[in-house]
Amino acid sequence: MNWRGKALKFCDVAGLPALEPFVRLLAGEDVKEQFKGIAKFVVLPIAAMLVFLALWSAAAKTVVTDSMRLPSPTDTWAAGKELFAMHTAQRAQDREQKKEMTVQAITYLAQANRVTKQAAAATGEKKETLLANAMVLKKKALQAANFKPSSAPTFVDQIVTSLKTVFVGFLIATLIAVPIGVLCGMSPWCNAALTPFIQIFKPVSPLAWLPLAFLVIVWAYAGVKPGDSMFDKAFLISAVTVSLCSLWPTLVNTTLGVASVDKDYMNVARVLKLSWSQQLFKIILPASLPLMFAGLRISLGVGWMVLIAADMLAQNPGLGKFVWDEFQNGSSQTYARIAFSVLIIGVIGLLLDRVMICLRNLVSFGNPQAA
Amino acid sequence: MSIAVLERPRPKAVARPVAPEPLISMKNVCKGYGSGVTRNEVLTNINLNLRPGEFLGVVGFSGSGKTTLTKMLAGLETPDSGEIVMENQVIKGPSEERGIVFQNYSLLPWLTVRGNVALSVDSVFRDWSRARRSEHVDKFIEMVGLTHAVHRRPHELSGGMRQRVSLARTLAMKPKVLLLDEPLSALDALTRSVLQEEILKIWEEERQTCLLITNDVDEAILLADRIVPLNPGPGASLGPAFAVELDRPRNTTELNHNETFKGLRNAVTNYLVAVRQKSRDEQAQASSAAPVELPDLRPMSMALPRKAILNSTI
Repeated sequence: MNWRGKALKFCDVAGLPALEPFVRLLAGEDVKEQFKGIAKFVVLPIAAMLVFLALWSAAAKTVVTDSMRLPSPTDTWAAGKELFAMHTAQRAQDREQKKEMTVQAITYLAQANRVTKQAAAATGEKKETLLANAMVLKKKALQAANFKPSSAPTFVDQIVTSLKTVFVGFLIATLIAVPIGVLCGMSPWCNAALTPFIQIFKPVSPLAWLPLAFLVIVWAYAGVKPGDSMFDKAFLISAVTVSLCSLWPTLVNTTLGVASVDKDYMNVARVLKLSWSQQLFKIILPASLPLMFAGLRISLGVGWMVLIAADMLAQNPGLGKFVWDEFQNGSSQTYARIAFSVLIIGVIGLLLDRVMICLRNLVSFGNPQAA
Repeated sequence: MSIAVLERPRPKAVARPVAPEPLISMKNVCKGYGSGVTRNEVLTNINLNLRPGEFLGVVGFSGSGKTTLTKMLAGLETPDSGEIVMENQVIKGPSEERGIVFQNYSLLPWLTVRGNVALSVDSVFRDWSRARRSEHVDKFIEMVGLTHAVHRRPHELSGGMRQRVSLARTLAMKPKVLLLDEPLSALDALTRSVLQEEILKIWEEERQTCLLITNDVDEAILLADRIVPLNPGPGASLGPAFAVELDRPRNTTELNHNETFKGLRNAVTNYLVAVRQKSRDEQAQASSAAPVELPDLRPMSMALPRKAILNSTI
């Protein structure tokens, strides 16, 4: 396959039809046709976005109350720039502090060494005091070296926490949903037994789950001192809520995928006398991967959506908490910042979705658009 | 086609004077699906002997239970009554001794051509060395002429190529019996004739016992030593066997002018058509016992009812 074929295949699998006309244009295909493609996938969306911005600006001028006003696109952009500037400033400050503390640590260490040497020369009671002094200095040095800046999380930190939370939640959901889904798909009895649970719990909102997740996490963390555990309590509550909500699409789709494996594939497996595990890993799982990944994609989308609400309620330092705190603050920047984080939440959701589409296309051989 | 004369086909059942011990024999096999009122008898009283080294063709209309027949032979379905015996052992389940080529290829789409063939080789010849298995795979891919496409996946292949892969996969298992379940009926006519020749060629080399299920009389005559028509269902049974007394190697173009070929084709086709007509007549007779009397109705007015509806008080 030449480079053009490879590039076109990449566009197809990555779900980026917008790139296709450019690839074809570079390869010297019919220009008129490619411009049509560019107009459809590039110019038209940009135009639509411009229209949206214009409407937004108009709305920003109209929706004004005594104390609040809808932020205009420029306000939002400025607020976003400021948030990132704050992040870099904070980081620089933290670095500065860290550097200071390191210098301090080195000084302490040097002092400690000097005192130890003196102790070696001295005798009796004096030696013991000097050694104790050296010990104290060493401890101080260690503290200074281990210093972590305790500044409030910046916007970028909050994005990172949110992403971590959603991935942990999604991972838990996947680890639970895929095996159960495979089981349900393979055994109609299992499916019949679990269907009522799935049907009842599937439509439950994250807000209803959260207190229960809270209860379970608090129970699990009883007797654990804060700072001793790997995860923060609020983080886990958010993550568990995310998994409880994003479990279901994967579960249902995996069940469907496994149950609808082509009977002919199973006949092939039977003629070849594949063992149970070979059947599972060589036939059933590969055959159900496209539907499974379609389910995972929906799950991740649901998870990201739920996360914001869970962050707000569990006070997990993520984007949801950021929005909530800004809302409570009520500064002049509040609404512009909230609008900016809404956009960021949307863009991250979009990226996650694209990644999942790409993964799904990679595992559905022959028909990327199916399932 | 004339069907008025229900002439008994010439009984040519005994083609060879001394029939050798059959490799597979079906004894009074019946099979149906469903239960109670929805019970649907597909095959009744099937008696069939498959002799070693023979190429047997089973010809029937679609829906007459041909696929059920192959599935039972492969062991994928169990007969409701009667038994299928292979080398003095009742067939209870699928086995690599009876390789089956499916009508819709059934290739695994996530495996390459090589992967598909290797899957069957690896699971059938588990005790072979890796190198030997790999060589075996290559040999059969070459046999069906797909060496240039080993790394392609099924969706990148044409229908004919897919069926070749499927054929290679089954042949590579070295089965004692090859069951071909309408292997070519999903292909266009041109590809079909090419593949027919190819199957013929491979069979001439290996001389493997083979059962071909098809709805194409020409195909059956071209490939088979013996043709058994499957009477149309419900409750299909086998008709009398026709021996194909044509010299091998056979050639499609030559056969078209061969008198024996033409005669045989007419005989088999006429037999099938006549049997179907008979079965239809019987069904019609059975149902004509209580004919439905249609009421003699006529619309009261031919005018469009639109106005009436518009003006109605409701």
